[in-house]
Amino acid sequence: MEVVAIKCTVNGREHRLECEANLTLLDMLRESLGLTGTKSGCAVGECGACTVVMNGEAVNACLVLAAQVDGADILTVEGLQEDGVLDPLQEMFIRHGAVQCGFCTPGMLMSAKALLNGNPDPTEEEIRVAISGNLCRCTGYQQIVEAISAASAKEKSREKKEGKNCGW
Amino acid sequence: MKDFKVVGKKVRRVDALGKVTGQARYAADLADPHMLYGAVLRASLSHARVVSIDVSQAVSFPGVEAVLTAADVPGRNRFGTMIPNQRVLADDKVRFRGDGLAVVAARSAREAARALSGIRVQLEPLSAVFSPEEAMKRGAPGIHGKSNIFVHHKVRKGRIADGFRRADVILRRTYTTALIEHAYLEPEAVMARPDGEGGVLVEGCVQNMYTTRRGLSTVLRLPLAKIRVVQTTVGGSFGGKDEVMTVLAARAAMLALRTGRPVQMVNSREESFHESYKRHPYVMEYRIGAKKNGRLTALEVRMVANAGAYATTTPFVVWRSVVQCAGPYVVPHVKADAYGVYTNTVYTGAMRGFGSPQGNFGIELLMDELAGELGMDPLDLRILNGIRTGSRTATGQKLDQPVAFIETLERSARSINWKRRREELDGQPRNARRRKGIGMAASYRGCALGAEGTDAAGAVVSVQTDGSVIVWSGIAEVGQGYYTVIAQITAEVLGVNLADVTVLPYDTAIMSDSGPSVASRSTMLGGTATRRAAGRVRRKMLAEARLILRTKAKSMDLERGWVVSSGGQRRMRIRDLAAACFERGVALFEFGWYKGPDIHWDEQRGRGSPYFTYVYGTNMAEVEVDQETGEVRVLQFVSAHDVGRVVNPQGVLGQIYGGVAMGLGYGLLEEVEEREGRLVTENFDEYLIPTSLDMPQMKAVMVENPDRHGPYGAKSVGEPTTEIAAPAVVNAICHATGQRVRDLPANLERVLLGKKLVRT
Repeated sequence: MEVVAIKCTVNGREHRLECEANLTLLDMLRESLGLTGTKSGCAVGECGACTVVMNGEAVNACLVLAAQVDGADILTVEGLQEDGVLDPLQEMFIRHGAVQCGFCTPGMLMSAKALLNGNPDPTEEEIRVAISGNLCRCTGYQQIVEAISAASAKEKSREKKEGKNCGW
Repeated sequence: MKDFKVVGKKVRRVDALGKVTGQARYAADLADPHMLYGAVLRASLSHARVVSIDVSQAVSFPGVEAVLTAADVPGRNRFGTMIPNQRVLADDKVRFRGDGLAVVAARSAREAARALSGIRVQLEPLSAVFSPEEAMKRGAPGIHGKSNIFVHHKVRKGRIADGFRRADVILRRTYTTALIEHAYLEPEAVMARPDGEGGVLVEGCVQNMYTTRRGLSTVLRLPLAKIRVVQTTVGGSFGGKDEVMTVLAARAAMLALRTGRPVQMVNSREESFHESYKRHPYVMEYRIGAKKNGRLTALEVRMVANAGAYATTTPFVVWRSVVQCAGPYVVPHVKADAYGVYTNTVYTGAMRGFGSPQGNFGIELLMDELAGELGMDPLDLRILNGIRTGSRTATGQKLDQPVAFIETLERSARSINWKRRREELDGQPRNARRRKGIGMAASYRGCALGAEGTDAAGAVVSVQTDGSVIVWSGIAEVGQGYYTVIAQITAEVLGVNLADVTVLPYDTAIMSDSGPSVASRSTMLGGTATRRAAGRVRRKMLAEARLILRTKAKSMDLERGWVVSSGGQRRMRIRDLAAACFERGVALFEFGWYKGPDIHWDEQRGRGSPYFTYVYGTNMAEVEVDQETGEVRVLQFVSAHDVGRVVNPQGVLGQIYGGVAMGLGYGLLEEVEEREGRLVTENFDEYLIPTSLDMPQMKAVMVENPDRHGPYGAKSVGEPTTEIAAPAVVNAICHATGQRVRDLPANLERVLLGKKLVRT
């Protein structure tokens, strides 16, 4: 198997790797870099569990070859927190009950992240389209859509006013 | 009623942080520097005698550490609950194409997969049967023994002939449901490690640890105490990670014990489709009788469930179907028979609903057809015949607990404005391309295992010296939110912050066998056990507090982190009390156990009181049907459920929304297609489950009807939410088109052409 040398940035950190030419980005993340937050659910690009953000766009990591990420900037679920502070999406997923088994959650978050990067104030329909490639078997999507909407620009201030209403 | 501090409040899930940060560990995320990778060789025929399996070449493939077949099973190669006829690896025969023939452990996944090609298998084909109708015929090839009919349960009430004699209207109908897949997003995975003392540690996404441990004990010929099963975070189960996980765990454990190294096995999605059990497809024949005014007089039902290659939980699934066959209605005369039949197809077993989604589909479509025949509104027909407190069910049980069925009907009807909407839609032009319709379905459901088996569960609550709390439970978190519920209950009882409570993973080494995490029994059984354990700790703490504070006051309480007197005066911090208890030699570590009330079932007579309490629900749907393409859009959906008491409101909403989604998939999209026992659908490119674009905005109605058997009155919510969405949406389609659809799924071709198109 041919080996390719690649250089890429993952969650802000630069990596130089030598990979077999048929290695997928998903396996590179999970096996070479130990970033197991990105999940494998179908390996054919249908379930979205392996979604990561590559150069600002949501991609299925199972369909991207590691060689294609040479020079790319990758963001995974592990890179969403900044200085230990949850991304508003992560916070809203928790607050809105958008997490059940959690297996689709990393991919959902990354699709939502890519959406909000390009469209900070999406409509409900735009949110549903953005996550339509991410299957979830637990939630029926409703609380996920609510969470993404809450994390979007328009809702952020309102949510803040409501304050924390989680336990005491 | 005392005000709750944590129960019934909006809280953060106790396991959400790890899940949103990617830190939660699922079985496929485990790694060990010395681990081996397992791979399975599966059968290429549906029914065959195993002549020989030669692994001599495969063992010398690069990287290979072991290749095992049924001949290497250390114990008895049979497991299963009622009828133990499942094998870890095929021995005498292959019974479906998912059967494993040999397993390999190698130093890399690629080497393991490559070694499979070095295994030489000789199979002698046997004639196979794929449909229950064929399999039930005399002279059909026997799959396990002579007869393929291995389950027959019945219900008898009154005298069926009298019931039909009194009827003004009699309808006969047949309905069928499809073979469907759980489609949990996480495929099955385990890691098995030898413990160095002859035993084994299995970590994985196992739903029912004690069941899996029992299976391993038989197969590995090891005492239960030598097998430790610890749960990793489970990426969805829905009833599906039981027997298939026992198979996977047993194979990994055999390889681990043979090689002395950790062995990981992870199914691909294709392997999961081929090997994992599914929901039983049913053929259901009904005859129903009613008076002109709509009163039901008689119901006769015959149900046949395709069990596939192994028995698994089929006897219990079929039993629940027949017990609940009349739906939430009073029917004076009932005769019902349900059969489980072996075929050479993928085996079927537990899936969220467990025999109810099929039966509810049948009876709820039948009620709508009967309403049409009588010229009645389907809602009125259901209200007229609906069960109320004191009613007798089809099995003759008197419902002595408060029955909230009519409330679920009325509240959903109010929410969707049933009468007005139905009338408006009746007035649509017949020939319009897009027509809307509104439909409903309802159910009652026995909580917990019922007469399936002993229903008991345990929990341990342990207060640490700083006042923080650890909880262990014998029931599993599979994504449904159970750990949050028991953390809430513990926090409520002990007066601590929810954030002070940690629920540790389910581990057979710690907790006594609490039965399976199924049957919507977690909150009722495990929640009550937790409440009892916490209650014991609380009594000890208060007794010590009285000694320390030199008071005899009986009415002290634990609240918001403090010991408080009856006037609400803060006397001592709970964390100081916990530290003082330690210094005084008082252990704040207690076990709670709860056994459900006794129930009674007379199998000979087909009657009894099969469950100690029930939940009730109604779903209503509005759809738009494109009459040129058969496309169905769900426009609105209301799901009303009596849940007893809401412990975690967001959790209940999540169960309702997710249950409806699964039910709509069942109603409109999902079908595992097999041709002559060969799976055609083997990944999500062909097996379609609802996406965010398929789901409407849903309205959940939570009806509180506290039950004396559940913690704070809580009952069940997991399964009832998924059992009536399909009939509600199909009834809505029929209202829109004026044509009846009687088979699932109601996909484009069934809605448009009234039949299923078969691929050639």
